Amino acid sequence: MSFDYSEITNNSSFLLEGLRYSTQLTAFAMTIGIVAGSLLAMGRLSSNKAISLVSSGYVNLFRSLPLVLVIFWFYFLVPMIYGAPVGADRSAYITFSVFEAAYYCEIMRAGIQSISRGQIGAGQALGFNYWQNMRYVILPQAFRNVLPLLLLQTIILFQDTSLVYVVGATDFLGSADKVAHRDGALKEMYTFIGVSYLSISFILSTLVKKLHQRIAIIR
Amino acid sequence: MFKYQWDWGIILSEVPGTDGEYYYQWLIKGFELTLSVALSAWILALILGAIIGTARTAPSKWLSWPATIYVEVFRNIPLLAQLFFWFFALPELLPTAAGDWMKQRMPYPEFIIGTLGLGLFTAARVAEQVRTGILALPRGQKNAGLAMGFTLTQTYRYVLLPNAFRIIIPPLTSEFMNMFKNSAVTYGIGLTELYFQLRQITGDYAPGNIIEVTAYVTLIYLVMAFIVNRGMAWVERKVAIPGTIGGKR
Repeated sequence: MSFDYSEITNNSSFLLEGLRYSTQLTAFAMTIGIVAGSLLAMGRLSSNKAISLVSSGYVNLFRSLPLVLVIFWFYFLVPMIYGAPVGADRSAYITFSVFEAAYYCEIMRAGIQSISRGQIGAGQALGFNYWQNMRYVILPQAFRNVLPLLLLQTIILFQDTSLVYVVGATDFLGSADKVAHRDGALKEMYTFIGVSYLSISFILSTLVKKLHQRIAIIR
Repeated sequence: MFKYQWDWGIILSEVPGTDGEYYYQWLIKGFELTLSVALSAWILALILGAIIGTARTAPSKWLSWPATIYVEVFRNIPLLAQLFFWFFALPELLPTAAGDWMKQRMPYPEFIIGTLGLGLFTAARVAEQVRTGILALPRGQKNAGLAMGFTLTQTYRYVLLPNAFRIIIPPLTSEFMNMFKNSAVTYGIGLTELYFQLRQITGDYAPGNIIEVTAYVTLIYLVMAFIVNRGMAWVERKVAIPGTIGGKR
């Protein structure tokens, strides 16, 4: 029952490559997800029935489905639509952007709804149209209010990227999994990956808590 | 691009190479397993989560610290990594006899480890909700309980926990829904639940009808989410505390 640390050091570049993929996927999906999520949140709150219905439908659909199922959908649909093999690694970028937008939307919606009605009136009184009002008055305040939540969601997203395993992409967990089964290093790899995720997520969420205390608006 | 041959009746046809088994039977079998793993894990998560969440609010450091560590550990590691750890690494880390028993003689290893893994993972989330619920109660409630001559344990049992549980029903609803969604991750350790059946059918048996089969499975997951949502809304109305905004007047 000896613990073979050399399994980790010998495969460090392969494991780091996996971590790099997970990080990139997280950053990409976060960026697209927050932008699309903000638009969806505006859609859900729109007075136009059709727009709000479509936005709510989108959000409720993706929030009701297991992520592994959505990953699988895009894994075979993207190449069908694109007309050529795309690869699990690349289709995941689309999957996570589309999927996470629904979750970021709910956070942005809470943020927008936390802004007092007077702010909209104030913007209109200044002569802003809808888009200007959103861009200069509402969204900046909403964004600041929910920034900690958006970042916590990003930590969840980082953990969720491990699910690309189900279509065989080599993310951080996938790389450890491959080494584990190739070298029969099950206990070393799965302990290492658990401790790594724990440290990364724990440090990030501690930082988010610190940030939350710093930027909280005192009312 | 090739021509896609649509066949929505695919799930009513027989699985090639089997003795009178139909695709829809495989999906139903998977669905049953999804239900049983999600429900058993949910019971475990509720009991364990209630204990750990309560412990986090306890005045004694000896109770609150281990509970906090539990929550941090189980929240910060992806579910799939946890399942892999229990399934593949734990037997190697245990003493040889116990490890061999896990690998060779444990009945239904995927189901048991899937249930425990999902349950332990969700317990951390339930614990956070329970803690929030207890902290949301006015401080007077605890003092009132103590003033009645209740011990601290009795105060928790008869005053704080019944109140806390009733106010955290809405967030628990979404945890319950997550349980059904997360149960699909047990595919990773080979539990033959609904998602596993989908991958098996579309992988080996009917890859030509991947869209239809996936659409049916998606529909099953949507209906499950809808039923859980409605069911919990009903529970929420039943247990709403009278006099609060959500409760009866």
